[in-house]
Amino acid sequence: MSDIFLVAEHKDGELKRVTLEILGELIAQGIQPEVLVVGAPDIQKLAGALGSKGAEKVVSLENPALAQYTTEGYANALFQYLSTKSPKAVVAGATPLAKDFLPRLAAKLQAGMANDCTEFNVKTSPITVRRPVYAGKTSKQVSFVTGPAVFSVRPNVLAFPADAQKTPQVEKVSADAGNVRAKIVEVQASATKKQDLTEADIIISGGRSLKSADNFKIIFDAASAIGAAVGASRAAVDAGYAPHDMQVGQTGKTVSPKLYIACGISGAIQHLAGMRTSKVIVAINKDPEAPIFSKADYGIVGDLFEVVPHLTEEFKKLRSQS
Amino acid sequence: MNIFVLLKQVPDTETKIRLTGDSSGIETSDIKWIVSPYDEFAIEEGLKTKEAQGGTVTVLTAGPDRCVDALRTALAMGADNAMHVKTDGDTLDTFQVGKALAAVLKQNNPDLIFAGKQGIDDDQAAAFGYVAEFLDIPSVSVVIKVEMASDKKSLRAHREVDGGAKHIIESTLPCLVAVNKGINSPRYASLPGIMKAKKKEIKTFTLADLGVAGESARVSESAYAMPPERSAGKKIDGDAATQAKELVRLLREEAKVI
Repeated sequence: MSDIFLVAEHKDGELKRVTLEILGELIAQGIQPEVLVVGAPDIQKLAGALGSKGAEKVVSLENPALAQYTTEGYANALFQYLSTKSPKAVVAGATPLAKDFLPRLAAKLQAGMANDCTEFNVKTSPITVRRPVYAGKTSKQVSFVTGPAVFSVRPNVLAFPADAQKTPQVEKVSADAGNVRAKIVEVQASATKKQDLTEADIIISGGRSLKSADNFKIIFDAASAIGAAVGASRAAVDAGYAPHDMQVGQTGKTVSPKLYIACGISGAIQHLAGMRTSKVIVAINKDPEAPIFSKADYGIVGDLFEVVPHLTEEFKKLRSQS
Repeated sequence: MNIFVLLKQVPDTETKIRLTGDSSGIETSDIKWIVSPYDEFAIEEGLKTKEAQGGTVTVLTAGPDRCVDALRTALAMGADNAMHVKTDGDTLDTFQVGKALAAVLKQNNPDLIFAGKQGIDDDQAAAFGYVAEFLDIPSVSVVIKVEMASDKKSLRAHREVDGGAKHIIESTLPCLVAVNKGINSPRYASLPGIMKAKKKEIKTFTLADLGVAGESARVSESAYAMPPERSAGKKIDGDAATQAKELVRLLREEAKVI
């Protein structure tokens, strides 16, 4: 029996990729975690996906009241189950959902916590993790010196695990959502089905040089041609060209995609902090002295209004070939 | 309404972070300290709520002596009262901060608590959850709009989730609301406000006063490390069409990311 618990996350009946990334890393460390799934519509399907990456034990916490996410319901149901065990670690993906309920769960467990970890080791005593701070300007090691370790792991930083065909044992547990005082009364879907920036493989971002919200269309066009998410600099957000949920940087999102293309972004320290862990960085800017060029793997000195539409065409050509 | 705002003093976002010689922390000697930007939105939301609903706004922080400046900034913006849990240095972990803040809040029975969604120093984004849990009240995080019910017994909070979707959440009061950028535009402190803030008394507590001095840290931190420096790579020359074509070739054949 494992004392390491992985809280799986699912959306629209599908597992989040980050859950499998963490599962793969735990198994690589020689740990077979107990995977906890809360309020799943189809547990067999999720268990199948978990098994395909090596999970052997899946526990489904079930109650009609858990079908829709609530902060308190998730924290209560997980605590109720975990309090019958002696957890050494409780891990989840660093998603908007987990970052909402995990602190409450940690408090219930009288545990410390660490959000947005980029490395972890559950074999050491105490358990240690590394997490970026100051928006990634530096990072620190956190050691769980007292009590269980509760932490979330940032999407996209761990390798996606290879297939390891297993058929996990599925245990169904009747869970209690407890006293829920804050409930979702309405879900407003995004007008466009946008990928979340923190989970995107490719991000194309626009800066103040776009000059208007309308002009962001050329960034969206390029992004849709290659299947990228769209980001923005703080300057572009503050000027009203893009909503805040697109902001990359210290008062926005910290991202680490495979490819980050910065268009018309000069590269303020706060922006660089939020995207510097991207695997490949491309900068397109008119100003050859822009600081972003010093961090970019590929630099194009040029007018984004000329370069980006050509880039869109090239992306389309590439897509039609493959 | 009895409104509380939790705030944190943090290094200015312009700060170039340097590590101490032993990498046990960051060099703080020449840092300019500010109110964490997300907490400014929380202060503004507190003030707006007070203006609409009546009541008082009390700002609360835990931290070393220097944090008084952050409280004075909030008072200058228009907060009525300020409370300071004084700590020795900046050494509490999130669990301990949660215990300390919750202890003050328990003595004051707020109807509504605002906080920023995260401090921009540690980026932990967890204190709100600890505080709400220790108080046994509901919480809503990453909120970009708050609507108070006319009977002041519940609220609706618009919460941002992934991919641009929003959840509209109805919560009973008291409730802790952790706000995101975009909820409002924080006001500037007025000159009379600044003068008045200087004279206001700030209520202070020690951890022992609050009965939480015995709460041990759950985590310790060490081994700060700077990220690897990135260096400038290839410049791609030519006209726009050539540059775009060459970039796509390099991304595909050399970097292998598309």
